[in-house]
Amino acid sequence: MKKNITRRNMLKTSTAAVGAVAGAGLLKGFPAIHAADAPVIRYLGTAVNMGDAVQKRLFDDTGIKVKFIVKTTDEVTKTIFTQPNSFDIVDSEYFSMPKLVPSGNLLGMDTKRIKEWDNVTSAFTKGEVAGKKIGDQGTAPKKVMYLKGSGSKEFSSEPTQHVTLIPTVYNADTLGIRPDLIKRPISTWAELLNPEFKGKASILNIPSIGIMDAAMVVESMGEYKYPDKGNMTKKEIDLTMKIFTEAKKAGQFRAFWSDFNESVNLMASGEVVIQSMWSPAITAVRTKGIPCVYQPLKEGYRAWAAGFGLPATTKGRQADICYEFINWYLSGWVGAYLNRQGYYSAVIPTAKKYMESYEWDYWMLGKPATADIMSPEGKKLASKGEIRDGGSYEARMGAVECWNATMDENKYMVRKWNEMVAS
Amino acid sequence: MPNLFKIKPSVGLLSLPYSLVFIFFFFIPLVLTFVISFWDYNEYSIIPDLILENYRYVFENCFSFENGMCVTFKTYLSTFMFCLITWFFTLIIGFFVAYFLAFYVNSLTWQIALFLLCTIPFWTSNVIRMISWIPLLGRNGLVNDFFLSTGLTSTPQEWLLYSGFSVVLAFVHLYTLFMIVPIFNSMMRIDKSIIEAAYDSGANGFQILWNIIIPLCKPGIVIGSIFVITVVMGDFITIGIMGGQQIPSIGKIIYVEMSYLQLPAAAANAVILLFLTLLIIWIMTKMIDIRKEL
Repeated sequence: MKKNITRRNMLKTSTAAVGAVAGAGLLKGFPAIHAADAPVIRYLGTAVNMGDAVQKRLFDDTGIKVKFIVKTTDEVTKTIFTQPNSFDIVDSEYFSMPKLVPSGNLLGMDTKRIKEWDNVTSAFTKGEVAGKKIGDQGTAPKKVMYLKGSGSKEFSSEPTQHVTLIPTVYNADTLGIRPDLIKRPISTWAELLNPEFKGKASILNIPSIGIMDAAMVVESMGEYKYPDKGNMTKKEIDLTMKIFTEAKKAGQFRAFWSDFNESVNLMASGEVVIQSMWSPAITAVRTKGIPCVYQPLKEGYRAWAAGFGLPATTKGRQADICYEFINWYLSGWVGAYLNRQGYYSAVIPTAKKYMESYEWDYWMLGKPATADIMSPEGKKLASKGEIRDGGSYEARMGAVECWNATMDENKYMVRKWNEMVAS
Repeated sequence: MPNLFKIKPSVGLLSLPYSLVFIFFFFIPLVLTFVISFWDYNEYSIIPDLILENYRYVFENCFSFENGMCVTFKTYLSTFMFCLITWFFTLIIGFFVAYFLAFYVNSLTWQIALFLLCTIPFWTSNVIRMISWIPLLGRNGLVNDFFLSTGLTSTPQEWLLYSGFSVVLAFVHLYTLFMIVPIFNSMMRIDKSIIEAAYDSGANGFQILWNIIIPLCKPGIVIGSIFVITVVMGDFITIGIMGGQQIPSIGKIIYVEMSYLQLPAAAANAVILLFLTLLIIWIMTKMIDIRKEL
């Protein structure tokens, strides 16, 4: 405790010292870090995995306050382009990097300043889980992780000191199903277009992610084997969209969804029994007492990964505070908080310290729960004896097939997706 | 010190504040949108230029009908249909609600109270309102329960939700108020003695409605129609949620293009949408001179 207090005092005095500088900054615009009392970080992101508890814990530990600027994934990217000085730290996804890095709006992050860098999971740094290579189709983090220098706009294929984003959270996504309404085992992505579920299927209407789910389906139907699902040619996009257009015209889909809550409502109301879904949406359906399974499928998962970036203009004290925040984020408490929501923390060993052993066994090792499993908000997610969908970390992340992606033919893909919606 | 109340401010001065707001927050952004619609762009920036590519892109494959109708035409056709149907129903319902409020409710208190009732659809957020349709129209919803229990149908009716029907229903439910207000306003201005005179001259109820009330309500009808049509033309949230994201709308196309930073393409689409909407309004104002009627 004593250490915290002194640190806070130190922050207070030093913020007072820079008060004049920040005051001068007022003339030009809002100072990024306020001098008045606690430093405030403007945190741009979707913040779907963040809650009040995080802010409170952060303030208690470090004296730093966070102000969330909540936007959707696509809007976060847009904000980095159009208003690069409207935030102090951004929580972005790796698949945005091929678009963002050439703009020069993000700082190359210095891994030497990250205490736990050596403990960052190998899924990010090497594309391996437990020593085995995992699928790297699409924008796998390792492809867009390293930069040639701190101000570089080019990716390096070899590990370097500077990275695009400091990894924070990631997961393996799959289809969600209502086992009580389907009443038989589901084991392949192809089931999404199975006529048996006519009028009861859904896919997400966010083209860059939806296309990946669509590709998983097309490949598992045996229609086509993509060299790289995450970077389709125009012909491959045409083929994929043709199959989905036909399914749509035949009435396969009850609805598309573009908002997290829509997917929860579709599933909870039983309008849809099989659909693309995100992990917290499954949790939301289950906490209503409705059975919902995040179904592992034999073709593997579509993974995504996010991390922290800083605006290119960050320097000096502002950079110090942001790095302190990131180091705190990776120091374990948040990691455990994320793991308990069904995501994975980028630094696993520190998260383990903050989890009970029965929680660790359930979430990470895929063992049957020996006690009721609670969400960070204290809602019951699973009863004693239940096993996590998909099992252990190694079973889930080890079975990743592809990653969320930005394609070279992105513009064409968006157009074709719109055509499918209009058909 | 001059008495401020004796100075007669010029018209220009009085209209200055609103003009400034209008210029900075409407006119200039509009001009920028128009200019940017001729710019080039790549993945992460927009490049000043003077190209027609963005417009060509909107109408790509639109003039060869081998593969059926192009996305742009299909989308506009569907939007026009929604406009027409919504306009028709909001007009009929809105007119008679206004008629009731203006001629059958005599106390001002009751008129205000009933007016407030009409605003109930706006009391909750858009999202919650949309979600609330599921328990009513969904596969296991109240309407289907009723159909099944009375034996009207043997299977749940799926066209009730996530269909053109539910989109129109949501539009009518929301925007009828936009018709009621201006029509009611017009009706309140009608001199009651005209109606009495018509009645004394032997006109029946329908003749009074057709020959007196409707002609005198024209300005209200046109203003209400402009509200409804402009809102429906640009809508993408209602069509998106009630149509299950499976019905196209121009607004959605613009939204998607913007989120992928294809700003010039979005600008071109916006300019076309604006042009078409203005065209419709222009035609409507040709039918009646609002300025004169007001």
